[in-house]
Amino acid sequence: MPRQEPKIRAKNFKEVALGYTPEMALEEANRCIQCPKRPCVDGCPVNVDIPEFIKALREGNMQESVKALKGKNALPGVCGRVCPQETQCEAKCTLGKQKAPIAIGRLERYVADWERNNKSAMPPASSLPSPTGKKVAVIGSGPAGLTAAADLAKKGHKVTIFEALHIGGGVLMYGIPEFRLPKEIVQNEINFVKSLGVEIVLDAVVGKIDTLDELLKGGYDAVFLGTGAGLPMFLNVPGENLCGIYSANEWLTRINLMKAYLFPKFDTPLRMGKKVAVIGGGNVAMDAARCALRLGAEQVYIVYRRSEAELPARKEEVENAMEEGIVFKFLTNPVRFIDDGKGWVNGMECIEMELGEPDASGRRRPIPKKGSEFVIPIDTVVVALGTTPNPLIASTTEGLKTTGHGTVVADETTGKTVKDRVWAGGDIVTGAATVISAMGAGKRAAADIDKFLSGK
Amino acid sequence: MIDEKGERIPLTIADCDAQEGTLTIVFMEVGKTTRELGCLKDGDSIMSLTGPLGVPTHVEKFGTVVCVAGGFAVAPIMPIARAMKQAGNKVISIMGARTKDLLFWEEELRSVSDKLIVTTDDGSYGRKALVTEPLKEILETEKVDRVIAIGPSVMMKFCSRTTQPFGVKTIVSLNPIMVDGTGMCGCCRVVVGGQTKFACVDGPDFDGHQVDWDLLAARQRNYLEEEKEALENWQCQCGGHHH
Ligand SMILES: Cc1cc2nc3c(=O)[nH]c(=O)nc-3n(C[C@H](O)[C@H](O)[C@H](O)COP(=O)(O)OP(=O)(O)OC[C@H]3O[C@@H](n4cnc5c(N)ncnc54)[C@H](O)[C@@H]3O)c2cc1C
Ligand code: FES
Repeated sequence: MPRQEPKIRAKNFKEVALGYTPEMALEEANRCIQCPKRPCVDGCPVNVDIPEFIKALREGNMQESVKALKGKNALPGVCGRVCPQETQCEAKCTLGKQKAPIAIGRLERYVADWERNNKSAMPPASSLPSPTGKKVAVIGSGPAGLTAAADLAKKGHKVTIFEALHIGGGVLMYGIPEFRLPKEIVQNEINFVKSLGVEIVLDAVVGKIDTLDELLKGGYDAVFLGTGAGLPMFLNVPGENLCGIYSANEWLTRINLMKAYLFPKFDTPLRMGKKVAVIGGGNVAMDAARCALRLGAEQVYIVYRRSEAELPARKEEVENAMEEGIVFKFLTNPVRFIDDGKGWVNGMECIEMELGEPDASGRRRPIPKKGSEFVIPIDTVVVALGTTPNPLIASTTEGLKTTGHGTVVADETTGKTVKDRVWAGGDIVTGAATVISAMGAGKRAAADIDKFLSGK
Repeated sequence: MIDEKGERIPLTIADCDAQEGTLTIVFMEVGKTTRELGCLKDGDSIMSLTGPLGVPTHVEKFGTVVCVAGGFAVAPIMPIARAMKQAGNKVISIMGARTKDLLFWEEELRSVSDKLIVTTDDGSYGRKALVTEPLKEILETEKVDRVIAIGPSVMMKFCSRTTQPFGVKTIVSLNPIMVDGTGMCGCCRVVVGGQTKFACVDGPDFDGHQVDWDLLAARQRNYLEEEKEALENWQCQCGGHHH
């Protein structure tokens, strides 16, 4: 798939991957052997009818292809860009045993983009189902909430989404940067969900403005909790509150949600020095580092305490980051941050690590090497160590069960929590995970909520 | 947030009327956003407003409560003084400003206080003093059970310093820079009693004797240059029709 040149793209916020041309899409679709076992469908957390949408695509029937794709997935334009297909559908592809698997993600993106650019060619959406008279509150408008809302609306239930921020979309809007997931695409998918009759109430922090129990008493028959994992973790080492040290959430929120890269056209600024260190090895760390580069940082490091093999980020994004000139410092862990005397960070003391025995996660445990401390001169730090669920709702709701990590306990197949009429799914249940797993959870919960509502 | 290009800023609710469905917010025009807000006319609207956020001020019958307001903080101290009074406390209020023109709501505050002391730095009205002077005198002459101090950080810091030797618990309302206000970004982190807290969800009220004031001050200064730039830019643009 064509991409912007590394040197050029490292200086702009435009999308890196440019997408297939029609010829390329057709060529790729033609490679699909339409095997009867359809292993790719099992590899997809929401079981998209992959062979069907590919078949329609190569027969030139784009409308049909869009229909097949959107049947199970309300957000294909998003998934085609950010899903880790290499460990999901594409990993199961029959062709993959001998050669390259079908590039399902890229085809998905192609079909979704075609639909967005050819709105008028699409038949008008089939009319909405007759209302059931049941009301569902969905809390959070990330992929879990949007998916649950769309599926419930398709069944005729009246759905209201309550979103804390002033824009819907969750991490898709405030976290994942423009160059990987253009916000226009997310907005388009949100508009689709709204077109199903879903109402989105913005600026509504549940737990502060209304509690969950108040919603249940106030006329909602069921509640779906999709509030994600929005609480940033820090290292808890000395000097971490110095100026110039950000959580990845703050960094990315300023840049993506508040558009700090367009300051002063937009009002929110972002203060960045010349040498930026991003701590962590996930997608979030890659995004934060690549944003720093685009904002003009001279040197950007990714500091990760394990080795390259353990990086949790998608391989494609690691490659993108390396190509763009980000320097990886593996087996390195910060132990303290150094003050420049004016309250701003100007150095980071690190210790070298080595890998020991595998830990509970199956990855080899990093162990500090005694006496190997050294200082990296940096003036900006982004801490991207992961997030846990915000305790706000759990702490203001009676009878919700949470784990030691702050995640809400819910049944894996139905999303039902231990609390009456309350379901949950997405990062709030699993801890920070993926867009598609959040969507899968939203789907399963919607099915169970529908069963509950229609059985009543 | 004023519009889609705006920034999210934290403001304290000074009053509300559930029946009328109104909120009263008082702010000082310092930077671009507050000046822009100041330009709004009756009937204008802003894009987004979220709240109330954070933990409400803890009110109970303590005995004697001293409420100290520095500058525009008369607004946020009003509902607290009123609630403290309603809870059966003896309320002594001190309000101070740099100069006479910056004082407001004197009668309002007096009406919910047993005693009110007004100070100005330059002596243009009331007593020529910093708020900490009358505060100290009160502490020396009567038993005070709690002090609430709201205002600029330096003022809260020195109020806390003043009360510390007397061992009177002093609650301050911290105002670090914030982005989301829901505990999501950690921009608002402050250190209280050696522990990192998020002012937007854990606060804004904290024990003034435990706050790391230097850290707060450094973090508040973080965007001074950008704030200036934004303001200059904006003035250029609207210069003509701004009053
Ligand atoms: C920078 C970054 C990059 C990522 N890259 C990828 C990637 O490439 N591929 C991938 O698959 N995944 C990626 N992820 C992970 C993925 O984005 C998340 O797993 C997914 O968004 C979780 O969806 P969710 O619906 O559970 O929660 P979220 O997307 O977090 O949405 C939760 C929503 O709930 C709102 N909310 C929270 N509390 C309240 C409340 N009390 N009241 C009302 N609303 C509330 C929040 O404001 C938010 O809008 C990335 C994450 C980040 C941060
Ligand atoms: S303002 Fe973002 S966490 Fe407090």
